[in-house]
Amino acid sequence: MEKLILRYFNLLRTAIAITIGVILSIIIIYIVSREPTFSLKAFLLGPFQNTTTIGNIIETASPIIFCGIAIAMSFQAMQFNIGAEGAFFISAAVGTAFAVSTQMPSFLHIVTILLISAITGALWGYIPGFLKAKFMASEIVSTLMLNYVAYYSGLYLINYHFRDKKAGFMVSHRLAESAWLRQFIAGTRIHWGIILALAFALITYYLLYHTTLGYEIRTTGSNQNFARFGGINVFKVIIISQMLTGLIAGFGGMTEVMGIHRRFTWQLSPGYGWDGVIVALIGKNHPIYIVFASLFLSYLRVGGQQLKLLSDVPPELVLVIQAIIILLITAEAFLRNVKNRIAIRKAGYSKEAGIEHDS
Amino acid sequence: MSTILESIFSPDFGFVILRVTTPLLFASLGVAVSALSGTINIGLEGIMLVSAFTGVMVSAFTRSLLLALIAGVAAGVLLGMILAYFHLYLKTDVIIGAIALNFFASGITIFLLFLFTGDKGTSSSLRSLVFPEISIPILNKIPILGRIASGHNVLTYFALLSVLIYFILIYKTPLGLRIRAVGQNPEAAESVGINVNHIKIYALLLSGFFGAFGGLYLAMGYVSWFSRDMTAGRGFIAIAASTLGSHMPLRTLLGSLLFGSVSAFSIYISSLEVPSDLIQLIPYAVTVIVLTIYSGRVFSGKIKKPKELI
Amino acid sequence: MEPLLQLRNITHVYPTGVIANNNVSLNIKRNTIHAIVGENGAGKTTLMKIIFGILTPQEGSIIFKGKFIKLHSPNDAINLGIGMVHQHLMLAPELTVAENIVLGVEPKKGKLFFDGDRAIKITREIAQEYGLSVPPEKKISALPMGIRQRVEILKALFRNAELLILDEPTSVLTPQETDMLFDTLHSLAKSGKTILFISHKLKEVKAIAENVTVMRDGRIIATKPAGELTENEIAYLMVGRNLNSRRIESRESIGDSLLSVRNVSYIDENGMEVLKNISFDVHGGEIVGLAGVEGNGQTELVKIITGLLTPTGGNIFVNSADVTHSSPRKRRERGIAHIPEDRMEDGVAANATLQENIIVDRYYKSGFSRFFQLLWKRITRHTNELIKSFSIRTQSPKSNISMLSGGNIQKVVVAREFSSNPDVIIAAQPTRGIDVGSAEYIHQLLIDLRDKNRAIFLVSADLDEILKLSSRILVIYNGEIVALFPDPSRITGKQLGPYMLGLKKQESLYQESLNGKAHS
Repeated sequence: MEKLILRYFNLLRTAIAITIGVILSIIIIYIVSREPTFSLKAFLLGPFQNTTTIGNIIETASPIIFCGIAIAMSFQAMQFNIGAEGAFFISAAVGTAFAVSTQMPSFLHIVTILLISAITGALWGYIPGFLKAKFMASEIVSTLMLNYVAYYSGLYLINYHFRDKKAGFMVSHRLAESAWLRQFIAGTRIHWGIILALAFALITYYLLYHTTLGYEIRTTGSNQNFARFGGINVFKVIIISQMLTGLIAGFGGMTEVMGIHRRFTWQLSPGYGWDGVIVALIGKNHPIYIVFASLFLSYLRVGGQQLKLLSDVPPELVLVIQAIIILLITAEAFLRNVKNRIAIRKAGYSKEAGIEHDS
Repeated sequence: MSTILESIFSPDFGFVILRVTTPLLFASLGVAVSALSGTINIGLEGIMLVSAFTGVMVSAFTRSLLLALIAGVAAGVLLGMILAYFHLYLKTDVIIGAIALNFFASGITIFLLFLFTGDKGTSSSLRSLVFPEISIPILNKIPILGRIASGHNVLTYFALLSVLIYFILIYKTPLGLRIRAVGQNPEAAESVGINVNHIKIYALLLSGFFGAFGGLYLAMGYVSWFSRDMTAGRGFIAIAASTLGSHMPLRTLLGSLLFGSVSAFSIYISSLEVPSDLIQLIPYAVTVIVLTIYSGRVFSGKIKKPKELI
Repeated sequence: MEPLLQLRNITHVYPTGVIANNNVSLNIKRNTIHAIVGENGAGKTTLMKIIFGILTPQEGSIIFKGKFIKLHSPNDAINLGIGMVHQHLMLAPELTVAENIVLGVEPKKGKLFFDGDRAIKITREIAQEYGLSVPPEKKISALPMGIRQRVEILKALFRNAELLILDEPTSVLTPQETDMLFDTLHSLAKSGKTILFISHKLKEVKAIAENVTVMRDGRIIATKPAGELTENEIAYLMVGRNLNSRRIESRESIGDSLLSVRNVSYIDENGMEVLKNISFDVHGGEIVGLAGVEGNGQTELVKIITGLLTPTGGNIFVNSADVTHSSPRKRRERGIAHIPEDRMEDGVAANATLQENIIVDRYYKSGFSRFFQLLWKRITRHTNELIKSFSIRTQSPKSNISMLSGGNIQKVVVAREFSSNPDVIIAAQPTRGIDVGSAEYIHQLLIDLRDKNRAIFLVSADLDEILKLSSRILVIYNGEIVALFPDPSRITGKQLGPYMLGLKKQESLYQESLNGKAHS
């Protein structure tokens, strides 16, 4: 039992954190709602009530999965790139610009648009990667800044060059139908983007754990000195990992435009890059876990929408809950005492087995 | 075009710059003090939101500006405390902790706003107070300077004063000395019995303190209501401004003024068909370049990197 | 007279289960200089951290000046009169000397403000009182090491330390600075201070200490007056085996030069000349040992040879090919293997699995991957073979490295490096901090490789190891090769000492003699 706890300690902590988060939200709902039982039901079960809401969970999860996996590529290499937000935005803008200015047969159109977006994202990720590898410029600060550069550049591109002046809002021209990702389940907006997101999860899982590049990324992440010592080109890995972040986020940004909105509609940065950070953390940077974390997060979000529609509880409750869950999951010391006590007790049993030194 | 130029070279433009810079400056000082202690706080966004909200609510319900001030500052400091607790005692990464804090602040303010007002956008239905504007005697008589520098919100003057406070704090007090020591070599500080965690907590509390004023000014000076996510990224811009200024008092002020000027400029030209978006991105791009040059010099050994000195 | 400090039955176990101090009892007499010696990992530093309140032991008690004390933080220790000078100096680089000295107990102007002028005055006064001159207004980053250490000592004295702990204080000092330090310590002891001195340099211990405590494997082996112990006896107690262990005979015939270092120099980012015009050869079939006190440029030399650092001048040849500007991987492909001096820092990724650690230099080669795909089954099989042939004690090839003991981690490193079929092996501190059994085993592997005509460059702070294995010995001091001994069988550690300490230098170090060929 103790051994099991030690081995699955991180998983256990995640589960406990989520449980605490959910319990807290129940308590809050009971405090603020006039009809708590109903509200609670709306929040927890509402997302499963019909095809539309289940569809909502999946639609919402799609961009979060993309951004989560994107962030994980950098985090796995211990690069604190939080630039998925910017890559997502600018790639969607560039992709939209390309899409509305070209005409092609549908399949070819889709492929080239996505390719252009992915390349835009990768190039965008190259900037902080190169600056880090070459000049040791902190990627946290640079990506934070570049998110704004991406945001304003994207707005400029759309608002000044590809704006649909006939539309009532600040939006781009509508994409030709040849550039649409089909929605394939009636009553929902679930589109091919989610399939692509899952495909990316599988591909990146394979990449990280079964290819030489993935090995290089993970080894650089777990000990950069060791990687360099062993002959891995750390310079290259730092850049490539961040390019992958940009690439995947950029690809995801465009699928969202092509599958849901069919035009560029964001005047504010949509925030999926930050969601990506959350699910990457909850999913421990593992692409498959990230899919589940994304589904969980979007379940909370849809629960929030249900609160908004049906109850007197503000849906922003979800933001509060997710913040608490992140804090607990990433709190290294949370429950650590329990773990240490078990570890010391175990060590006590095998005192004679061998003494190590590390003083 | 010429009218634009005229208005840019008018004293009013200088006035607007100071107005726009005020919240940024508070936030930048909040970032600077945390960065100096070695844990950069990217949660100013959240701190400002919560303080802005608290100030508005307390002023609306108590009709007391003083209570609003106290409550708003207390809220900001409390958020600094929460971040400190998670970072230093539960060992959450400080960047992640701050990101979570920003989510938390965004959510909790809207949540409570709705509970109190039934509105999820703004608090304009409440009659909340604003901090007074003051006309400075003598200064207001001086032709151009008077129009630029007089008649601002009291918090704008306090923001400028805060630069001095920050200067005195870090160079002229034991706490400042310790904050710098902890940032440069935490083990050194620890070895002389300084509780590094306590110093970092103080730095984060101060970060919350400065940030709180930024929030209060936004909702009770810049405008007279709270609206959701009204900080609009100022907490992140502050990181840029403070980084540009190497977290030093005067240079951080200059960094904030740069961003303030660019924002003011983009407000002025927004009426034209000039791409203000492109102008707004300039300071961020500049920050990336400055960051790179600075890091590159540290890297190539032209500047000594503190950590490797000992 | 009652001892100033008594430790009774101190036991400290780290959360990882490592027992760093095991039932340690010790008395420190007043006004003496007391040395604690032991190999790396013997538990000295842990013990000092306990005395200074950084760590709290699970068991045992501390009695200081006749009273039982409980230390919860360094603050408690400082308040009681215990001061510590750490191995890595504890100074804030961008603060001035005076600011560093008063840090934590700052003089105040009024209630709120820091009194910088008084800080400078205080610094001047205390510096004068103890005869240790320092420039109060200079930033630490502008000062040489010896002065920085002086600032550290003054810092402790300013806090009225009666017991002064120095953790390997000479490791960062030049010989002149070391002499000055020792003078200072003697006069401090005379003026009523008690000094606890940690070292693994026996000469220093003999030179300065009145009492010596020897630690090994977390336990105290002996405490005796320094006069009653010879260096050999101390060394024997430290390592638990006889120093005059059997020397491994060199081989008669040596092959071609496989590693050539030519005129290598290195100036670090602070402008310090770390390596000066270093040249030597290592031939197939020989082990060239590099002796020297740590911190004399060995670390940088090894990194330059293995490609982790670019020299400011000179060239490196492996198998006659110039690799000076080649990447670490290119050099490995040319036949270099490297046992790094700090295995946790460079040698392994602690949170990766054993097999992931094994393949770091070969994962891209056929047999381990096809196109881009890693062949995990083969990797596991390969790892299992290595586990078996190097008798690594682990549960599985998929265990995390951090679950292994120090000796076994080093075996993983060795298994990887030796199984790459290298021509040149750079072995830096190959047996540091590991158990004697594993050390012996690694020595034997090095000998076997030598007998297979491989070239081995051995860098070690352990003279014993150098003398035991080397076919030729080079001595490095202050970034320069100061001596070459072509026939180690005729020399002893005593003869190397003056060279290692910079007291002597061979005048005629010709290129030929460095090449070694001239002597064979």
